[in-house]
Amino acid sequence: MAERLLELKGVSLAFGGLRVVSDLDLHVDEREIVSVIGPNGAGKTTLFNLITGIYSPDEGDITLAGRSITGLQPHEITRLGVARTFQTLRLFLNMTVKENVMAAAYGHTKAGVLRSMLRTPGMRREERGIGELAEEKLAFFGERLMGYRWNQPAYSLSYANRRRLEIARATATNPKILLLDEPAAGMNPVETHEITDLIAKLRTEGGYTILVIEHDMHVVEGISDRVVALDHGVKIAEGTFEQVATSTQVVEAYLGLGTADRK
Amino acid sequence: MTEPTPTSETSGTGPAVGQDEWVARHGERRLSRSGALGVVEERLRRVPWWAWLVLFLAIASLMPVVDSSGYVRRVGFDTVIYMLLALGLNVVVGWGGLLDLGYVAFFGVGSYLYAIFDSDKFGYHLPTIVAVPAITIAGAAIGLLVGLPSRRLAGDYLAIVTLFFLELFETVMTNGNAIGGHNVTGGANGILRVDPFSAFGHRIAVEHQGVFAVSYYYIALAAFLVVFVALRSLNHSRTGRAWRSLREDPLAAEVMGMPVNWLKLLSFACGAGVAALTGTIATALNASVFPLNFSPTVLIVIYAMVILGGSGSQAGVVLGAIIVNVLLQLLQNPYQARVLFYVLLVVGLVVTFRLSRRTAFVAGTTLAVGFVAHAVASAVSHAWVNGNTSGPGSVANWLSHWVIIPSHLAQWVPPVSYGLMIVAVLALTQVTGWVRLSLLGPTIYLSAFVWENVMLDNPGPTRYIVLGVLLIVLMVLRPNGLLGERRVEII
Repeated sequence: MAERLLELKGVSLAFGGLRVVSDLDLHVDEREIVSVIGPNGAGKTTLFNLITGIYSPDEGDITLAGRSITGLQPHEITRLGVARTFQTLRLFLNMTVKENVMAAAYGHTKAGVLRSMLRTPGMRREERGIGELAEEKLAFFGERLMGYRWNQPAYSLSYANRRRLEIARATATNPKILLLDEPAAGMNPVETHEITDLIAKLRTEGGYTILVIEHDMHVVEGISDRVVALDHGVKIAEGTFEQVATSTQVVEAYLGLGTADRK
Repeated sequence: MTEPTPTSETSGTGPAVGQDEWVARHGERRLSRSGALGVVEERLRRVPWWAWLVLFLAIASLMPVVDSSGYVRRVGFDTVIYMLLALGLNVVVGWGGLLDLGYVAFFGVGSYLYAIFDSDKFGYHLPTIVAVPAITIAGAAIGLLVGLPSRRLAGDYLAIVTLFFLELFETVMTNGNAIGGHNVTGGANGILRVDPFSAFGHRIAVEHQGVFAVSYYYIALAAFLVVFVALRSLNHSRTGRAWRSLREDPLAAEVMGMPVNWLKLLSFACGAGVAALTGTIATALNASVFPLNFSPTVLIVIYAMVILGGSGSQAGVVLGAIIVNVLLQLLQNPYQARVLFYVLLVVGLVVTFRLSRRTAFVAGTTLAVGFVAHAVASAVSHAWVNGNTSGPGSVANWLSHWVIIPSHLAQWVPPVSYGLMIVAVLALTQVTGWVRLSLLGPTIYLSAFVWENVMLDNPGPTRYIVLGVLLIVLMVLRPNGLLGERRVEII
């Protein structure tokens, strides 16, 4: 069996009286692609916020490669190897495309304020390295984010390119696991197809383990080793796409009680 | 006007949008001015930043040579001090995106520390080479401490807390003549007879034969060069990128591995360090320090510089500092203020309407309204028009035949005319087309009347009113400041 990379044990979170995530167990193995599905409000994005440290769980423990990351600051968790994209894009819009990616290298670079002011040889070497890293991450997306686009502000990009840039920025943090929050949202069928290929390529060429939230079932079917279905913060099904898609509870969660029997 | 140069084929023969060849030929689609102006603009854009800096410093260093009067040197020195302060504030506001209203207190910290450690007050006379770096670091450290309790605050809350700190600083300095029975800050009387800078055991005199010593101007310029280059390097480092990231989106920055709270403190401290350094230079020259030097007015002036020039752009805030300080100086002298007023009027008119018939119409009505009003007024009573036009020169002489300047101004005239002017300007914003165009001339004449009779006599408030008007106009025309980059909030 492959190595456990990310594991959640009995994780719960409540906002006031509302239980958003209840007693959730979830694991992602090394180089696995796991999809999280569920209706709106099922707690999928909250799950990502828990893993990345934006929220701390009320109960339970989250471990990354055997080490507990519960209660750590988001930037500390990122340094340990968790990177994410956002469902509602959160790029640094008024910075250039390349700077967006370069900024994400902060966690694994060192030059301090004084060294940066003096531009010491070590600092300049590190800067060159960051630049090359950014170019490499952007080159992953073919010609789309290359050349003159590097020096354009991120707000000038199209919607699909912004989604690509978010992924490029996430990979620049040198993560072990990538959390993609609806990477195909708002994309046309051609672009959705490309995203499916891209996620597969992120694993084969990039070597990343991937946890992805997705509503488009074609994408989910195309990429997933395993699918986890959430509803009201509770895991209602887990298994291959076939198993989950035909699960009575999943169909009911999406379409309402009793609909599964009517088939 | 900007006009697209001929673009690549948009018909079926050209490369499809987004494909490699289309991407490679992006240069053809760039918007640029056509003709000779476009070539010049393209050339200017390619000039590296350091060439602009060298050119600027060369011009700035030649200024005292061209005009050796003490007044010009003094204004030049103050301008460089403001340039330094604006550069420091730009780190916090422009890059860090933090609304720091306590900034001037750090300028005060640097000034007071220098005054305490380099004067007869306590008998310390630290050598400059020790005092200036130590106070810069101390200023940054105090900035870090002040930022510590407010590091989780953002936006309005941070602004209020830091403004409180500024008030606290002023209060403590004003009442610091009895701290535990010791007179530390000299209270409202401040600290006098502060040492000038010294180098190799020699004191660098503040005055030379009664004229402001030019050496301090060059010291300030050197400090400006160092601070400008150091901060520019910092902006193009991981720290600078992280600051701008957190300005754009603090949550995304945190999740991308940047420790947002620490970075906020760091930008606070960097700004405070620059302000403290500036304080030592200003105090060494002034040879004294008072609590009132660090009032909220100074803060507002520095903010005006940063906003006017373009928050986030180093060249912009420097330009803003020069424009605002020189403007405030010019407005103190009625003669210069008058010339400035009419030059700005003409420039504003030409920029708005260009050289068109409308410009001629507005200028014509303005002049006509003036001469008619003047003729009517002088026919009614000679006393209405024989007032004294302050200042010499042909401009004043000519103006006395156009603007009504009574020898004695009834008490109700200034407030009423001033109020009328504001009403007229507000009315102008509510009408369009020919109505606006025909009202513009009389409004300009009315403001000329107010300017000559009311505002020129009160340079104190007038300076700040003009500054405010300038800021409003600029915010309408260029919301990002003169050299600020275009900013997009949400698309």
